[in-house]
Amino acid sequence: MTQQAEPAVTTPPAPGPGKEKDGRTAERPLALRLLARPEVGVFLGAVAVLIFFLITAPPVRDGSSMANILYQSSTIGIMALPVALLMIGGEFDLSAGVAVITSALTASMISYQLTMNVWVGVIVALVVSLGVGLFNGWMLVKTGLPSFLVTLGTFLILQGVNLAVTKLVTGNVATDDISDMDGFEQAKALFASSFDVGGVNVKITVVWWLVFAAIATWVLLRTKYGNWIFAVGGNQQSARAVGVPVTFTKISLFMLVGFGAWFVGMHQLFSFNTVQSGEGVGQELIYIAAAVIGGCLLTGGAGSAIGPVFGAFMFGMVQQGIVYAGWNPDWFKAFLGVMLLGAVLINLWVSRTATRR
Amino acid sequence: MTSTNETGTHGAVVADKAPEKDAPIVELRGAGKSYGNIRALHGVDLKVFPSQVTCVLGDNGAGKSTLIKIISGLHQHTEGEFLVDNAPVRFTTPREALDKGIATVYQDLAVVPLMPVWRNFFLGSEMTKGPWPIRRLDIEKMKKTADQELRNMGIVLDDLEQPIGTLSGGQRQCVAIARAVYFGARVLILDEPTAALGVKQSGVVLKYIAAARDRGLGVIFITHNPHHAYMVGDHFSVLRLGTMELNASRDEVSLEELTNHMAGGTELAALKHELAQVRGVDVEELPEAGDLTAPVVTAPEGKS
Repeated sequence: MTQQAEPAVTTPPAPGPGKEKDGRTAERPLALRLLARPEVGVFLGAVAVLIFFLITAPPVRDGSSMANILYQSSTIGIMALPVALLMIGGEFDLSAGVAVITSALTASMISYQLTMNVWVGVIVALVVSLGVGLFNGWMLVKTGLPSFLVTLGTFLILQGVNLAVTKLVTGNVATDDISDMDGFEQAKALFASSFDVGGVNVKITVVWWLVFAAIATWVLLRTKYGNWIFAVGGNQQSARAVGVPVTFTKISLFMLVGFGAWFVGMHQLFSFNTVQSGEGVGQELIYIAAAVIGGCLLTGGAGSAIGPVFGAFMFGMVQQGIVYAGWNPDWFKAFLGVMLLGAVLINLWVSRTATRR
Repeated sequence: MTSTNETGTHGAVVADKAPEKDAPIVELRGAGKSYGNIRALHGVDLKVFPSQVTCVLGDNGAGKSTLIKIISGLHQHTEGEFLVDNAPVRFTTPREALDKGIATVYQDLAVVPLMPVWRNFFLGSEMTKGPWPIRRLDIEKMKKTADQELRNMGIVLDDLEQPIGTLSGGQRQCVAIARAVYFGARVLILDEPTAALGVKQSGVVLKYIAAARDRGLGVIFITHNPHHAYMVGDHFSVLRLGTMELNASRDEVSLEELTNHMAGGTELAALKHELAQVRGVDVEELPEAGDLTAPVVTAPEGKS
């Protein structure tokens, strides 16, 4: 009874230095606490890679090269964001790479074959992309199968459908050029335009990338939905037991990946005017790698949206940096693998050191 | 989802609700549950009154977990009736049970280990502010409330940002209880809260059970430790192989009898005579069937 007699008497604890402590935890030094955060680790990694290429590849120091690197990073980064959120939510999406192409093919073929305004194709592609996400999520929730299996299935299905349907409709492995169709310029302005900053040509995807990253960060840390993402990834049973709508959260995360695939697909379509139906295979692993390098826990429950931004930047940097350094671009993948392992090991070591109790 | 603006007042709602003392909040009448052809629970009667601790005891596999899963909405009963406030209900999600004021503190505590203490405290019932497109978590208020509620429970934490996984078992248990009490629980189901705890921490948890009872909550205390049950319990139900073996209030049963029932009860008494024949088995301490005076539920069937 004394338990609840107390609250009426005690005044709310004064925040700040006078706060009562249980005296068992010592405050860690700020530097150590920062280092324990994975996104700080990947930030330092990205800076290291940047410095490395600034030294070894002089052309990188040029402003336009930097814009190019950022553009390369943004195409990976825009997809890495929803993939990272999904990973924090405890799932994978192996179909993310080909889903981008599916979306671009849909938009291109719908508008070209039916000779309609490209916006019709764009909207239909959005519906299809969200539908693929919905299917992935729904299958996962209903069957309880691991997302690896479900999305591996979708990955193979989409890969086959992309090729087969494109050949069936256009008689070719690529779609027809849509650059002279109604609404093309408008759509290009939205998805694939560029603008000048101090004489440097910057692609609009860089802006979208950063805008999406800011929104994702805000959603993750400041909204209910963000709380739910961490919860379903951290402990799905517990989350359900305290009333978190697990089914909704998971399905909507897959649909968010669908949205990302749609956006990147539209960018590809409107910057190249035509789509190769066999592309996109292997990209899903790049997205996942960017999220993991960015400090997202592969098993879910931890991570950030800002980490994958730096992760994607590292990828873009290496991809372009190798070219600027004049090396054989065949080394790119090998370099990526080393970077991935290195980043993961450093993250592990840093977080172990910094959180040692 | 309940809008989170309401959740802030939930705590207050409990306080001014004056429950009728003689009406059970939750009642099971001959309830049972079968998983396919396995009958996990059968013919269970249970009443939970406000300001009372109802202890459900039973060995492993007795059906304790199935019982709480029915009441908390994780599973549905397949026979009998389940009433809340005298109205038959059938929960399909834990959320429905929560909305009726039935909160469960699970064995694994239903916490997400990697998330900060305050986020765990409000998980599923977050406080928000602002209009829709920019509706956001009211972090400051949530932290302050969580801190206040935990202090009321006697838990002082330096840093509510620390992951809840870094707390000790007893602390986590108390956070979970504090959370349930704060969110307007009328019935608190505790699934073996003392099972994994040391002596001292068990004492702390028992103290909170008593505190919750004194606040007017009906508590269902699931345990296999009759000593812990007898310290706080008002009513005792012993489950055995999915059926109710004993259903008695505190004045009808002694700790010794309770222990005996837990240990096998009437069957042991019958066994005593057989064991008496065997040399080297000391049967002096075992109870006679006549000693067990507490009202034993005589199920017409099911006792195997």
